[in-house]
Amino acid sequence: MRSWVFFLVCVAVGAVVFAGARLVQNDYVFFAGYVVLQFIVLATAWNILGGYTGYVNFGSAAFFAAGAYTSVFFHKFYPLPIPVLIVLGAIVSGLIGLGMGYLTLRLRGAFFAIATLALAVVLQTLIVNWNYVGGARGAYVIRPESVPLIGNYINYLFVIMLALAIIAINVARAIERSQLGYGFATIRDDELAAEASGVPTLKLKLVATTLSGGLMGMAGAPFPYYIGYLQPASAFALDYAVNSIAMPMIGGTTSWIGPLIGAILVATLQQWATVSISSELSLLIVGLLLVGFVIIAPNGIVGLVQDRLRGRTK
Amino acid sequence: MPERAWGKQVVISLDLLINALVAGLLLGCFYAAVTVGISISFGILDIVNIAHPGFIILGSYIAYIVNTRFGVDPIVVSIVMLPAFYALGALVYQVYYESFEKRGREALSGLAFFFGVLFVTEVVLIIVFGVDYRYVEASYIGPTLRFGFVDLPLRMLVPCVAALILFAALQLFLLRTFMGRAIMAVAQDQLALQLMAASPTRIKRIAFAISIATCSVAGALLIIIQPIEPSVGREYIGRVFAICVLGGLGSLPGTLIAAILLGVMESLTSTFSGPSWAPAVSFGFLLLTLAFRPMGLFGR
Amino acid sequence: MAEPLLQVAGLSKRFGGFVALDGIDLAVAEGERVGLIGPNGSGKSTLVNCICGTLVNETGTVHFNGEAVDGLLTHERTRRGLARSFQLPRPFATLTVADNLRVPLLYTVNARPGPSLSAADIDARCAELLRLVVLEGKAGKYPRDLTQVEMRKLELARAMAAEPKLLLADEAMAGLSQSEVDDIVGLLIRLNERGITIILIEHIMRAVMRFSQRLVVLVSGKKIADGKPDAVIRDPEVEKAYLGQ
Repeated sequence: MRSWVFFLVCVAVGAVVFAGARLVQNDYVFFAGYVVLQFIVLATAWNILGGYTGYVNFGSAAFFAAGAYTSVFFHKFYPLPIPVLIVLGAIVSGLIGLGMGYLTLRLRGAFFAIATLALAVVLQTLIVNWNYVGGARGAYVIRPESVPLIGNYINYLFVIMLALAIIAINVARAIERSQLGYGFATIRDDELAAEASGVPTLKLKLVATTLSGGLMGMAGAPFPYYIGYLQPASAFALDYAVNSIAMPMIGGTTSWIGPLIGAILVATLQQWATVSISSELSLLIVGLLLVGFVIIAPNGIVGLVQDRLRGRTK
Repeated sequence: MPERAWGKQVVISLDLLINALVAGLLLGCFYAAVTVGISISFGILDIVNIAHPGFIILGSYIAYIVNTRFGVDPIVVSIVMLPAFYALGALVYQVYYESFEKRGREALSGLAFFFGVLFVTEVVLIIVFGVDYRYVEASYIGPTLRFGFVDLPLRMLVPCVAALILFAALQLFLLRTFMGRAIMAVAQDQLALQLMAASPTRIKRIAFAISIATCSVAGALLIIIQPIEPSVGREYIGRVFAICVLGGLGSLPGTLIAAILLGVMESLTSTFSGPSWAPAVSFGFLLLTLAFRPMGLFGR
Repeated sequence: MAEPLLQVAGLSKRFGGFVALDGIDLAVAEGERVGLIGPNGSGKSTLVNCICGTLVNETGTVHFNGEAVDGLLTHERTRRGLARSFQLPRPFATLTVADNLRVPLLYTVNARPGPSLSAADIDARCAELLRLVVLEGKAGKYPRDLTQVEMRKLELARAMAAEPKLLLADEAMAGLSQSEVDDIVGLLIRLNERGITIILIEHIMRAVMRFSQRLVVLVSGKKIADGKPDAVIRDPEVEKAYLGQ
């Protein structure tokens, strides 16, 4: 399928989803749907660096929160429209990804992964001590009452996140089918051989880190408006890190479909479990699923389906 | 907590400084005990066990349960639990080896595995114990020795001494015993080991099991030094890897020195800039070390 | 006299206290076929790694095609025409055999100044390379489906896809049968006749003697012989250090 055709199909599907949600007449669908869409973006973004290039990022929360706090920062000056904030959030998070990549990507993947953990904590400590954005106390972000055309503000946020999800998926798919996708795959498969074949591995890794970080920042930018009151603890919550990893690994890391499936399944499961049992148990389930899939089905659901289709035994 | 404005002068009083240094020294030795397991699993075996702090917290909670129910000293509990932790470590390594090392998937799946284990451990502890702080009781938690203006809280001094003993014991093991030297060798030359008819996998399993066994002791020391709750483990991820990298992978003496260095830096930061900055110290250290001198101060 | 294509001068490499290479001098003229032999651990692969930039040497310089390449990353050296194959094949496991060859075409050949190859050109070249190494039936397969021999051929084909001026073939023939060895040697000689300078690192003496116009011997990180193959193998130093085993 040509890329622009795929994009139009995505938009059509998105329109159907939105119309369907409107029919339900219950704002909860939009609140929950926003979270699922947000994780689609985060999982897809993580997968560009993790699944395609093979570099694990444990600090997704850092990039997400960077986007969120960029919004808070600008909101204090002057409330900008969300699409503008999204661009700003993407730039800030992208730059953080670039900077961190430059510092650590010449080392082994394991060091990069550990550095991403460090980044999340350093960033959180900085934010906690920065009073302009609320520090440990948090910041209030007042939502406008309504938005022209769409009306209900939560519907507006839902549409925005839907658009971001479509963008993320299209970016991922475009990469997969491009020369860049080959380059990423060679880095994942054998970085030494990639260099020997002429692949500029450091440059490509920086591209992956910047793209991945930027997309995560985009997902974070509308968050303060969604939640109304932003505290570091919620922006840097551990479940962002775990979900960003668990969703692609459960869904499958080799294509854009994996994070999409993983995000929809896991996020929906979590929403249901949080409401029916407890939020801790829902997190436990995700953690166990992650460990289970990684041991038993390392290629995720997509991998299992592919094996079935090829009729191969493992 | 009083807010500190940037640019305010801080009056440094000498006894505050000395006490911060001493506290940092004691803390650093404790950090060395926490890190020594990683020096083995990451420094020597090249396994990125991010779940290490999770096992430590597990050790802390076990010490807590037995101490609260039966009044047994936490360090004694940890020693009794050593075989259990050893077995746990052997089991975890076996799973890791079969699922990832054998198939060459340590880079992505192996890391995700340990991350999952860390996460599951934390959530299970939250479910079982809740998020309230827990602490232990022992005769040495409370009293403080005083030398002039220098305070030596026993709850820091005893773990410091225990940590140094643990450290010395491991160093002796690695340098003087056959198995210890085999462990050091397996990192460098698997082929030579196979030619000697020793199984590298078995040796690595033993080494990894030892690294998890140290978590039993480290956990007990942790809950002596500070009250714990499940997320405390995460603070230690950065610390242990920062110390390990800073000290030079695989070098035990380097780890001790790096640990003391970090302990002192954290203590000074906490005393003069406030405790809310302390987590950034270790992680910031880690980032800088990785960026500029990944072979550590005493590099291999 | 024309400047050598590859000029290695005074190259040394240590790992901690261990000296892997000690002041290596090597000059290779364009179009030559050089064999590099030495016992295990003598530093042959380390030398290859240093020439290609995978490892950084402590002292010495490497000049390629009249240019000093010290400090250049591996991919930059590959783009300048310096290619290598790995001792243990390192294929891209999640790419098909044909895609493995596409990578150097996209990232090396197309990255050089001059007109880029179109997608059709690239497909054609992949097919041609596969024919050259007798792997055309396996274009859509994955490396895990290949035999040892086929993987070694893929490894060579991938190095050749980068259209190098100089190819460093690191033990490309270990574990092959006699006729397979002859095949590969024949292939390499044909490549050389097309203009590619080749340094063959090998243990299999038959192959080395048949292939080399010049023979270089490395023992414990030092070059102990460099000259015509017949003369070199009769050198008492070489016999003592290497062939006596």
